[in-house]
Amino acid sequence: MSSSPEVRGRHAGKPAVTSGSAAGTATMELPPAAKKIEGRSPWRLALERLRKDRAAKVAAGTITVIVLCALLAPLIASWIGHGPNQQFIDTGLDAEGNPLAPSGTFFFGTDSNGRDLFIRVLYGARISLVVGVLATLISVALGTFFGLVAGYLGGVVDSLIARLIDVVLSIPFLVIAISIAYISHPGFWLVVFVVGVLAFTYPARIVRGQVISLKEKEYVEAARALGAGPMRIMFIDLLPNVVAQVIVYGSLLIPLAIVSEASLSFLGVGIPPPTADWGAMINDASGYYQAGFWWYLLFPALALLITTLAFNILGDSVRDAMDPRGAGIYE
Amino acid sequence: MTRFLIRRIGQAILVLFAASIAVFLLFFVGPGPNQVARTFAGRLGTPQRILEIKHALHLDQPLYLQYLHWVGNLLQGNLGFDYYKGQSVNTVVGQALPATVSLVIGAAILWIAYGVFSGVVSAVRSRSLLDRGFTTAALFFYSMPTFVLGYTLIFIFAYELYRVTKFFPFSSYVPLTTDPWQWFVHLILPWLTLAMVTAAAYTRLTRTSMLDVLGEDYIRTARSKGMSERRVIRVHGLRAALTPVVTLAGLDIGTALGGVIITEQVFGIPGLGWTIVQAIGQQDLPIIMGIAILAATFVVVANVIVDIMYAVLDPRVRLH
Repeated sequence: MSSSPEVRGRHAGKPAVTSGSAAGTATMELPPAAKKIEGRSPWRLALERLRKDRAAKVAAGTITVIVLCALLAPLIASWIGHGPNQQFIDTGLDAEGNPLAPSGTFFFGTDSNGRDLFIRVLYGARISLVVGVLATLISVALGTFFGLVAGYLGGVVDSLIARLIDVVLSIPFLVIAISIAYISHPGFWLVVFVVGVLAFTYPARIVRGQVISLKEKEYVEAARALGAGPMRIMFIDLLPNVVAQVIVYGSLLIPLAIVSEASLSFLGVGIPPPTADWGAMINDASGYYQAGFWWYLLFPALALLITTLAFNILGDSVRDAMDPRGAGIYE
Repeated sequence: MTRFLIRRIGQAILVLFAASIAVFLLFFVGPGPNQVARTFAGRLGTPQRILEIKHALHLDQPLYLQYLHWVGNLLQGNLGFDYYKGQSVNTVVGQALPATVSLVIGAAILWIAYGVFSGVVSAVRSRSLLDRGFTTAALFFYSMPTFVLGYTLIFIFAYELYRVTKFFPFSSYVPLTTDPWQWFVHLILPWLTLAMVTAAAYTRLTRTSMLDVLGEDYIRTARSKGMSERRVIRVHGLRAALTPVVTLAGLDIGTALGGVIITEQVFGIPGLGWTIVQAIGQQDLPIIMGIAILAATFVVVANVIVDIMYAVLDPRVRLH
């Protein structure tokens, strides 16, 4: 992970990884007679660039491990014999009723309710990943729709959607999110919905910009000349051409959604207890960690940080691979 | 320019109008008039009190009249009355604002200074070890949830290193007017927290923007005239490269002034963000609505200021 994300694309051509898998560089070294000319699609090119990216591989590996942890959490829990919400009043707390430090029985120690922190951190990965992915799907779907419509139709529709985005962006995300959570009762789907809907502005802006330049292309003109209506042009002709960008920005929205979800839980308006959730666990730990119960804060915080970091590194690499010259979501 | 100004301010008013309708719908129409009156009355509300409030807020009238009444008060600078605390919302907000402003201004100075410095160094010494260091740090802090960083800093500086650092309080806020030194000391960790998570985007933005600018023809011209590299970067490069950074800074500061919820929560700073979280815990509706509208106003005003600055710096913008 020491290599920087920004310069990664430029080093991709270096023959550092020629051993084995790098098919692209291997063909180049063959004598001219044996050289086979092969058409490679942009997708394949991107995949090949991604394969040569060491930081991306580490990030992808980390994400795989996190996904496995999330999937296997119930199995591991039953194997160890500790449930995620099971309280060990006798064995999980010390004589004064305080959490226990990590040990052979409780790998990450216990929390203030005498629950196994290791199992809860594993279960926390489920919430983070599922909310992160579902919320991103919602924002990407909404954003692509609004971006397509605004960019292609232009005029009044474009202005209306632009003002809608301005309004959503004008009230800080957490203020709207906690207000909504306050009005209706917080729960899993509400969190997914709030995080997903409020983030639609990013993909909407990107897609709109793309569509504005794409709609002047000849193939759109050709489609119009053939009598295609706006719906057909937008969703059949233009949509496939913005998918690459949408995937790039979508992959960068996942860590954002994960942090948003954790922030809501941290503020006590996320998924209600006793569900194991990293943000809520960090909030619980905030009253304890200074008194020497460091593990209570450390493990959920580390899990959250590693997850967002892995997704951001992978997202950056995907962006570099798909569009080596492109700028990021924050640029 | 005048036409641009008029159009831009008109848009801003439209956005604020829509935001006020959104807040109104969310809080008034969503729960229904009886619930609103009950919430306004607070937990101690008697039926008599609820009826009074219902009348005072015009909840017994049609929706559009309710809205007009509420917005009319807003336009006169009256954010409403907080029945829970028995104070006007303006008073509560006025008490919270200095803490938020102190936090945001200090942090903004740090994050802009660090972000621009690291970004320029990264661009000028592109692909050097220093560049790698700065960009990796940017990615790391960009991924860092604010509360994780906040608690980590508290843990390290206020507890583990207490013997060495001594003077780091781990929480709370002292007003500038009470004791400037204590004000400063109490804000060091919150400033660092907010600045570090925000600066990451500035490092990346400045780096990209500076790399773009350094590839421009006029930079080549300046170099071929024999101008020193230092002067090329400082005078010709930086000025053009910083325009998008100024934009981002304006928007970020505007958003942050509406309340830095997580940082204020972690460090127990009684600013707008902390106040709104408290208000949600106490079901104190007038405060939530007041701060939401205030935050929206800050963002919209910041947007207008940034656009005007942009139009002054770059005449091409005025046409669109």
